[in-house]
Amino acid sequence: MARTATLARTLKDESCWRDFVPGTWSDTIDVRDFIIRNVTPFEGDETFLTGPSNRTKAVWAKLQPYFREEQKKGVLAVDAKTPSTMLAHKAGYIDQPNEIIVGLQTDEPFKRAIFPYGGLRMVEAGLQAAKFEADPQVHEAFTKYRKTHNDGVFDAYTPEIMKCRKSGIITGLPDAYGRGRIIGDYRRLALYGTDRLIKAKKAERAQIDDMWPTDEVIRQREELAEQIRALNDLAEMGKLYQCDLTRPAANAHEAVQWTYLAYLGAIKEANGAAMSIGRISSFLDIYIERDLYEGTLNEAGAQELWDQLVQKLRIVRFLRTPEYDALFSGDPYWATECVGGMDIDGRPLVTRSSYRMLHTLTNLGPAPEPNITVLWSRHLPDNFKRYCINVSKRTSSLQYENDDLMRPYWGDDYGIACCVSAMKLGKQMQFFGARVNLAKCLLYAINGGRDEMSGEQVAPPAPPITGEVLDYDEVTDKFDHMMEWLARTYVHAMNCIHYMHDKYFYERLEMALHDRDILRTMAFGIAGLSVVADSLAAIKYAEVRVIRDDTGLAIDYRIEGPGANAVPQYGNNDDRVDRIAADLVTRFMQKIRKHPTYRNATHTQSVLTITSNVVYGKHTGNTPDGRRKGEPFGPGANPMHGRDSHGWLASCLSVAKLPYKDALDGISYTVSVAPQKAHLSDKELVDGAVKAFDTYFDQGGFHMNLNVIDKETLEDAMKNPDKYPQLTIRVSGYAVNFVRLTPDQQRDVISRTFHGQI
Amino acid sequence: MSAIGSLETGSRHDLRVGLSPDAPDEGDFQDDDKDDGKGAFGYVHSYESSSRYDGPGLRIVLFMSGCLLRCSYCHNPDTWHLKDGTYVSAQAVIDRLASFATALRSLDGGLTISGGEVMVQLAFTGRILAAAKQMGLHTAIETSGFLGDRADDRYLSSIDLVLLDIKSSDPVTYKKVTGRDLAPTLRFAERLAELRKPVWVRFTLVPGLTDDPANVEGIARFIAPMKNVEWVEVQPFHQLGAFKWKAMNLPYQHADTLAPPPELTKRVIEQFRHAGCHAR
Repeated sequence: MARTATLARTLKDESCWRDFVPGTWSDTIDVRDFIIRNVTPFEGDETFLTGPSNRTKAVWAKLQPYFREEQKKGVLAVDAKTPSTMLAHKAGYIDQPNEIIVGLQTDEPFKRAIFPYGGLRMVEAGLQAAKFEADPQVHEAFTKYRKTHNDGVFDAYTPEIMKCRKSGIITGLPDAYGRGRIIGDYRRLALYGTDRLIKAKKAERAQIDDMWPTDEVIRQREELAEQIRALNDLAEMGKLYQCDLTRPAANAHEAVQWTYLAYLGAIKEANGAAMSIGRISSFLDIYIERDLYEGTLNEAGAQELWDQLVQKLRIVRFLRTPEYDALFSGDPYWATECVGGMDIDGRPLVTRSSYRMLHTLTNLGPAPEPNITVLWSRHLPDNFKRYCINVSKRTSSLQYENDDLMRPYWGDDYGIACCVSAMKLGKQMQFFGARVNLAKCLLYAINGGRDEMSGEQVAPPAPPITGEVLDYDEVTDKFDHMMEWLARTYVHAMNCIHYMHDKYFYERLEMALHDRDILRTMAFGIAGLSVVADSLAAIKYAEVRVIRDDTGLAIDYRIEGPGANAVPQYGNNDDRVDRIAADLVTRFMQKIRKHPTYRNATHTQSVLTITSNVVYGKHTGNTPDGRRKGEPFGPGANPMHGRDSHGWLASCLSVAKLPYKDALDGISYTVSVAPQKAHLSDKELVDGAVKAFDTYFDQGGFHMNLNVIDKETLEDAMKNPDKYPQLTIRVSGYAVNFVRLTPDQQRDVISRTFHGQI
Repeated sequence: MSAIGSLETGSRHDLRVGLSPDAPDEGDFQDDDKDDGKGAFGYVHSYESSSRYDGPGLRIVLFMSGCLLRCSYCHNPDTWHLKDGTYVSAQAVIDRLASFATALRSLDGGLTISGGEVMVQLAFTGRILAAAKQMGLHTAIETSGFLGDRADDRYLSSIDLVLLDIKSSDPVTYKKVTGRDLAPTLRFAERLAELRKPVWVRFTLVPGLTDDPANVEGIARFIAPMKNVEWVEVQPFHQLGAFKWKAMNLPYQHADTLAPPPELTKRVIEQFRHAGCHAR
């Protein structure tokens, strides 16, 4: 970083900001400007990295018994009496003498908190499932005196939406759990401290005092008031841990600690499904570089800060209901951290701390969190690309996303919320909407709106298909109408959900770490894309005969005729079916866009399922592609298990055809590759993998969730979980500790296509 | 005349039989390209889009049907007969290849035609190889060389690399393993050396059948002086094809043969290196 000569410059927070290159960030809240002016890109390789310190090892050793017990027992402890806020719990430690980054969600490690604002029923169901007692005072407070988000949503839902939930065509929405997918810009606390942030918020508030009080203006005023309160509480929380958060961080240790405490504040106040941390590596590297230069920190010390931060990020826990656990297995929370990427001037943002963050997977072993996401660009330094691939080979803990594709949309300071959803840090939030069951929608089109499992009329009555053999034009026409209904109902439900979430469970701290005027997106999603594409292809290229029950309900399908053995299947780089899949994405997005959203949020969409591909599969009957009732869908944008039968390249070229511009909330693609047993050298293998990534992303691919593992290892882990406590595997959109999945989910993962080589 | 089928017939690992019952016997099939119309159609088993084991870089591999050898350890016995393959047009294959071409070029990969035996359908494969060259792809064939006499210079000019399978250096062993003569393969190898055509020799190591040091030595001595041979690849025997023999009711000699232990594979590689080959 450039060092200006020390002219006396009256910056307000001069000593904390000593030697930083000033810019707009010095006068306004602009973390991106700070980074671009002060970052030190690094083009070297990983040989500078160091192992874990003794203190790190001590803390890690203290945590192992908790991990082991958790594998057997699940939830270890709960504070059932205290609704969680930043100040609700006393300070907690794991091993105080050895912890250099401090802060726990409650007063003890692995003790989970309750968040009744989201819904009391959920808290009590979670407690019951974990065999803990509910608290009568909490019960009274949240039934008599304080309404919850869950209560509010169900007041607003219509009977039609309730039927959709029950049937499993629209389910898994955040009406019974915290919506998450909001990334507070936690770096702001480190760079500015709460005093300055509060001042900025007050100025934002003052600007709108002059505006005429429409609903939106009044709401904004209240939100800003809440945000200011939250920042004050954050400073108070800091005092519990002996940190003066009112001022900026003065060195690297404080910068890491402050950033973490801001994140901790967020996870004490909200239990969103995805609580992502953003893009902190290259930001914190600036402080580390300064300390290294000043001689107050060495490499071991720098690595120690990262190791200890990541230890904290690995023990985040929330109390959930069994239904939630089926949708999102393995206690994920998506503390997603982004490393790499380029700035808009074409300079790589890879720093030594990008390496250090990846290195925690070596120092602490593989783990699903903090869901490390490599923002891959063709132009990243070669050393970095190779290091990432090597880490994937050893740990299967990384995912990769196409920075070259995202940068034109989101710039160079975006983070990833959850798994694949880009958002500009501090300038964008989303209204998370999970996904709907597109495969069931197709069946509804065939059955005139009746559910194929229950026979109930769920969608408005429409003429069903009555023919013996499905006609492609007739099916696509009726499907188009059914998708219109589904899209409308989906937007309707989402408006209800997010109105109530803002009203009853507002994420005041996370939003305090955003600008007042932000882009809001409403993130929809579709599940079952591969099932629908393959079904339509079967109908088009072969004869699909319908089998009906005595009520006339279509319950099964048989693929016959001369084309039956050669139906094109999604996942083989065959345009005949790939175009159908791509068109579905565009088509559904267009339908969604027609309907006004709460707070005029911009509609976006993802092709992502998390583990809901298993849940949705359970609720969906036989489909025309040959899939049997109850069988899981392919995860995310993946081809159905085993149908991508021509190798990895064919599979990913199919996925790369899906249009990101109509799925701006992300497209998830998980690849499992068996470890190489060939006579190729390590260098050749890694070079090949780098080229493969470059090629896939060049072709338009968005996301690569990479597993390097073989089926035999997974089968062994199913039988002998104790042998594999840290086995991490990537599933759609995230990573999970394999032995913590349910048997059904484990079987789903094992049944997926394993490609021989990449 | 066989009915035209689709190239999209599933994975290369699937068993495929009886798809073209009207196909000629591969032994009688003369698909030289002296006639202009020849090679517009052919019989294929399957294709694979991402192989690292069939030439340099990531490659698309087309597996042809029809082979005149009957190797006792073959892991694709469903590629022996044209009758078991799918009848497709060369144009369909070329169009398919074109859809991968950009990605393959960017991966420094190419096309490999294997099988079966690529030279059973010379005109057909010749068309595809020529089209691949036009697309700017690197081309390779994997062959036993038994039909090497058929390959004229024009055919070879579309081929960048020959993966030559030399099963044994001893004519008696060769006959035992494959049912055919060794001499044509050696002739082909010598011709390729003369033409300085890049070659990777492949040797399948089957314990109890081809692992005799003298056998290995013979092959090593034969190819060591050939400057065009870039690599010798030792391929360990495996049982992934065993289920096909069973499904096709073929007498399988190797049910009890184990994959070679790492020390044996290492010894064989060392033997090749000692004789002056680049072995792996």
